[in-house]
Amino acid sequence: MIRSGEIPCVLPSPRGTDLPVLLPAAEVVARRASEERARGGAKLRLKARHGVWLFLAFVLFSGIAEARAGVGGPFWVMATLWKWTPLLAEGFMLNLIMSFLAMVIGTVNGALLGIAQISLMPSVKNTSWFVTQFFRNAPWLVLMFYVMYLVPFQFRIGDFVIPFPDWIKATLGFSLPVMANVSELVRGAIQSIPSGQKEAAESLAFTRRQVFWMIIIPQCVKRVLPPWMNLYAILTQATVLASVVGVTEMVTTAHEILGAEYEPSLLLPLYTYVLLWFFAYCYPIARWTMHLERKFAVEM
Amino acid sequence: MTWTPDQPIITIADVHKSFGKVEVLKGLSFDVAKGEVICIIGPSGSGKSTLLRCINALIPINKGSIKVEGQEVHDPELDQLALRRKVGMVFQQFNLFPHKTAIENVMMAPVHVLRQDKAEVEEQAHRLMAKVRLQDKEQSYPGELSGGQQQRVAIARSLAMNPQVMMFDEVTSALDPETVKEVLFTIRELVEEGMTCLLVTHEMGFAREIADHMYFTDNGVIVEHGPPSTFFKNAQDPRTQEFLSQIL
Repeated sequence: MIRSGEIPCVLPSPRGTDLPVLLPAAEVVARRASEERARGGAKLRLKARHGVWLFLAFVLFSGIAEARAGVGGPFWVMATLWKWTPLLAEGFMLNLIMSFLAMVIGTVNGALLGIAQISLMPSVKNTSWFVTQFFRNAPWLVLMFYVMYLVPFQFRIGDFVIPFPDWIKATLGFSLPVMANVSELVRGAIQSIPSGQKEAAESLAFTRRQVFWMIIIPQCVKRVLPPWMNLYAILTQATVLASVVGVTEMVTTAHEILGAEYEPSLLLPLYTYVLLWFFAYCYPIARWTMHLERKFAVEM
Repeated sequence: MTWTPDQPIITIADVHKSFGKVEVLKGLSFDVAKGEVICIIGPSGSGKSTLLRCINALIPINKGSIKVEGQEVHDPELDQLALRRKVGMVFQQFNLFPHKTAIENVMMAPVHVLRQDKAEVEEQAHRLMAKVRLQDKEQSYPGELSGGQQQRVAIARSLAMNPQVMMFDEVTSALDPETVKEVLFTIRELVEEGMTCLLVTHEMGFAREIADHMYFTDNGVIVEHGPPSTFFKNAQDPRTQEFLSQIL
C-alpha cells in the first residue's frame, strides 16, 4: 500500500508484469517528472508536518521579533497580528474570490479547448493545440501583466459603463493558464480511455454523440478530478501574484500593515502568518485530492 | 430483392481489407445460415478479428460485399446503427463500462439506444443476469468481478439488444483456465437455443463440439473449411495440418 502523499514507487511496472515492483530511484524521479509534465505543473505534496514546521517557524520568528523590537509587553507580536487579522482576512477573501472565478472561467474554457484538441478537423485541432501550449508554457505573472495592460479599466456601451477593476483583470489573467492546464487534462483523460470502450459501445449501436457523453466523459471526470483539484490549490497560491500590480489581496494588505506599524522586525512573523493561512486552506484540499486519487486508482 | 429467412443471414463475398499497405483480408467469401454455428480458427494476424469487425461495420472494407439479412453492410446509405442492433459482439477484453454496475451495463443499450421502457428493460436484465448465472452480482462494478464473470456480463449486455447473430472474438483468450469453462457453458446454452453464432476461437475441443462448420484462415484467405468431423480428421491442406498439429 502506498503511504499517503508518498511518491508512488511501488506501482505496477510498465514492463509486462502486473506485480508491484520496487523501482530504482532514477525511475521514481523520471516517473514523477513525467507525471508532472502530464498534469502541467508540480503536484502539491503538503503534509501535516509541513504545517507543524510552519507553525514552529512562526513561533520562533515571533520570539525573535519581540526580543529585537523591545517594545510593548509579552505577546506583543501576537496582539499586533490579532489586531490586523480582520483586515488580512478581508484580503484573503479576495484571494479566494479570484481563485474561484479564475477556476470557473478557466475550467469552462479549458474543457471546450480540450475537446477541440481531439477534433477530427485538423485546423481546429492544431489551433487549439497551439493555444493550449502557449498559455500552458507562459509564466503566470507574464500572462497577468498582459491582461492588466491590454484590457481597459472600463467598457463603455452607449451611456452604460461597465467598470473593470484591477482584481477582475488579474482574475482573467489567472484564468488563462488554468484554461490551458484544464485543456491538457481533458485531452489526456479522453485519450486515456481504452479504444475498446468506444468499440463496445458502437457495437451496441450507440451513436457517436452517445458514446462521447455516456461512455467517454463520465470515465474522464474521475480521472480529471484529482489533478483538477490540485490545480485549484496551486491557483489559490498563485493569486498572491496580483499583489505585484497592487490588487489589495492578502499579501498587499500585509505589506501595507508593515508600513503602518513601522516595525521592521514584524516582517518575518507577519509573512509566516500569511503562509499559515494559505497552508490551512490548501492542506485539506491536497489531502482530499490524494484520497480521491487512491480511491479512483482502486476503482478503475 | 428482399431477404427471406431461408436465405443465408450473412453473405460474405470477396472481402478485401487493408490497413495502409498491409492487406489483412485478401478475398474471403462464405455464407452463414440462420441458426448455424461457425467457428473460425487460424494463426494470429490471419485477419479473423478484422473480419468480425467488418461484419459489424466497426471498420470499413476496401472491396467486396458483406450482407446481413440481405442488406449491404458497407453501403454508405445504410443505417449502421440498425445493423449493429442485429449483430451482437463480445470482445476478448470484455470492454464493460467500468463506471456502471453489471446490471446497468446490461440495461444501458436497450434504454438509451432502443428507448425501451425502463421497467421492462430491468426485468429483461434480471432474466439475462440469471441466464449467465450472475444474479447475485447485479450491483457489482466490473472492477469487482473476475474475468469470467465480466465476460458473462458482456454476453448478457450483448443479448439485451436481442441480436439475430452473436459474434465472439476470442472471448476466452484473456481468461484463466478455470473461468474459461463457465463462459463456454454460457455460449453452449446460446447455441442450444438456436442462436446464430460466429466464433473466433482457439478452443479446439469446444469448436469441434459445437460448430456446424469450421473455417481455417491464414494470411487473409480461407485455406480450408468443412464440418468439424471431416475438418479435424482429414485436413487436406498442409497449412491446416501444421496448425492443427501444433494446437491439438
